[in-house]
Amino acid sequence: MKKSTKAALLSTVFMGLGQFYNREIIKGIIFSAFELIILIFTIPYFKHSIWGLITLGEKPLHFVNGIAQGDHSIILLIQGIISLLLIGLLIVIYIINIKDAKNTAELIERGEERRTFKEFLKYVWDKYFPMFMLTPTILAVTFVTLLPIIFTFCIAFTNYSSPYHLPPRSLVDWVGLKNFRNLVKLKIWSSTFFGVAKWTVVWAVLATITTYFGGLFLALLTNAKGIKFKRVWRSIFILPYAIPGFLSLLVMRLMFSGPGPINNLLVKFDIARISWLTDPTLAKIVILLVNMWLGSPYFMVLMSGILTNIPKDLYEAADIDGATNRQKFYKITLPMIFYQTAPYLILSFAYNFNNFNNIYLLTDGGPVNPAYKYAGHTDILVSWIYKLTLNQNQFHMAAVISIIIFFIVASISSYSFVKTKSFKEEDMI
Amino acid sequence: MIVLPVEKNTADNRSKLSKYLSKIVLYAVLLFLSFIVLAPVVWIIGSSLNPGNSLYGSTLIPKNPTLIHYKELFTKTNFVRWYLNTLKIATINMILSVIFTTITAYVFSRFKFKGKKVGLVSMLILQMFPSFLSMTAIYVLLMQIGLLNTHLGLILVYAGGQIPYNAWLVKGYFDGIPKSLDEAARIDGASNLTIFRKIILPVAKPIITFIALTQFTAPWMDYILPRLILRSADKKTLAMALYEMVTGQQNTKFTLFAAGSILVAIPITLLFIYLQKHIVEGLSAGATKS
Repeated sequence: MKKSTKAALLSTVFMGLGQFYNREIIKGIIFSAFELIILIFTIPYFKHSIWGLITLGEKPLHFVNGIAQGDHSIILLIQGIISLLLIGLLIVIYIINIKDAKNTAELIERGEERRTFKEFLKYVWDKYFPMFMLTPTILAVTFVTLLPIIFTFCIAFTNYSSPYHLPPRSLVDWVGLKNFRNLVKLKIWSSTFFGVAKWTVVWAVLATITTYFGGLFLALLTNAKGIKFKRVWRSIFILPYAIPGFLSLLVMRLMFSGPGPINNLLVKFDIARISWLTDPTLAKIVILLVNMWLGSPYFMVLMSGILTNIPKDLYEAADIDGATNRQKFYKITLPMIFYQTAPYLILSFAYNFNNFNNIYLLTDGGPVNPAYKYAGHTDILVSWIYKLTLNQNQFHMAAVISIIIFFIVASISSYSFVKTKSFKEEDMI
Repeated sequence: MIVLPVEKNTADNRSKLSKYLSKIVLYAVLLFLSFIVLAPVVWIIGSSLNPGNSLYGSTLIPKNPTLIHYKELFTKTNFVRWYLNTLKIATINMILSVIFTTITAYVFSRFKFKGKKVGLVSMLILQMFPSFLSMTAIYVLLMQIGLLNTHLGLILVYAGGQIPYNAWLVKGYFDGIPKSLDEAARIDGASNLTIFRKIILPVAKPIITFIALTQFTAPWMDYILPRLILRSADKKTLAMALYEMVTGQQNTKFTLFAAGSILVAIPITLLFIYLQKHIVEGLSAGATKS
């Protein structure tokens, strides 16, 4: 048997053995000590958490001699996911251990000089520099982003919901695809889902278009020839973008409310008060208008930059050809702006699709729609998810809808992102 | 469609009168739009000066203005405490985020390694997940490691959560920095970390300013995550406290809210206007067509 195979086999049997065989004592001690610690201290933990992941607990909350005991399904589920991630990490370390034993043995076979431990560390640092630098990022993203996503995916296949499956009082169980079936089959869920989804798309399209053209209008206006104090006008129009959005929205909510200043003004002119935010159609219009107030400056800023950067010689050439002002505007200015802002339209659509603040802070999704389950007339999918999660404890359905939104938004945005510079210039390995 | 005078750059043979008229229309539109933009701002400033609890005075500026609500903020609420909390969270989050993001972007922009493509694509996809259910998972996770009701827990969630999106943005910017700069330094014997600190970071100042600004301002505006993670009153952030003043049935401290909002909005707004140029650059770094 070749030396390298032998070393690899030994390290497979027990971590560090192959390293000892290669007479790398320090590495051998580190690896074998690592495996010993894992074996002694973590096996019961892993066993318990895998059991928890599969069963989601067996005994709900009960009292033994006045002390609360029982399994909390959700904590068990998350512990289970964390354990799986940790086990994945252990497997990676295990494979590194085997590969290291094999590589060193091959070096010895070729008769190259043995590296000291210090030389080895330097070699690893240089070779795996990217990995070392990424370690904090990988850890942070795994626990703050990836773990919650895996958790949500899992919840979609359980019955985690009020009132009968809410830990710690009761247990949660795996139910397979039942929630997905219910979303399609149960009338109340499917009509809410499709109703809310329809408004979400309408909202996202209209919000994007209105802010886009609002921004275009502002950009053209503030860049118009012969206007004085351009900087002043621009600074005024940029305010809605600069003021913290959640404050503006709360202020707008108060302004449009029943006894608010807008209605007070109407009363002064002997017009009856209007229920801006409690009439379904009016509320939708107000939301769009407020969003235009908030969102147009963003496009104005973007487009002003583009306008000032259009090469002057384009216009000069057009002048020589005898183009009218109107022609120059439609044939040069507009196409230049459209071309350069096209990617933002898609990004803005994806952003508005999940624009929670605007809906939630203005109307709370209201007014209530009796034909909907836990949703109002102006609710979009994310604000519905929010209500399902934080107000109604319908976690199972919220998870299903989250997954659906995720696939919609991810496919739209991936398409646009793949077309951007960041991605294209990447010579992928 | 209104034809805007942006196209009127040559002196044409229109009469002076029509030119004059179009200018009047133009200024009228500008004034009207300025009014729409400024009305809510003026109204909230006026409200903060309004005596009593109600916002709904009949004039934009109240008849007998008072500074009592600003005084109340400092004497009757924990406003200073909240302000300091938010400032602390915002500053640490800004520093951590910039470190995390620039290092990640540097590695993805300058090195070739196994799993690079997978890493890039998964970062892109991960940041699109709607995150309200994630909050349950984050809650349990923080509970498990004992960081619930701590500012550290909140900061870690902020700084970790922003990586996927911002790292993409910054990577796009780093890709635009010529690799010949790195190579020249490498020949002079510079290490990876030196190249990162001495060459990449100084050139990438605009995009770093952008990340720093957005990460600094985020905690001032977030009222959702703090309400989940922070429990005790002395740990509150400003956004959370302001939100609680005006939502819900019992919470009707409208004028106090108005005063607080203004004290929060002023520094953030000034910061945005001051750093306008960087914002435009940052916004266009992520999505420009090649």
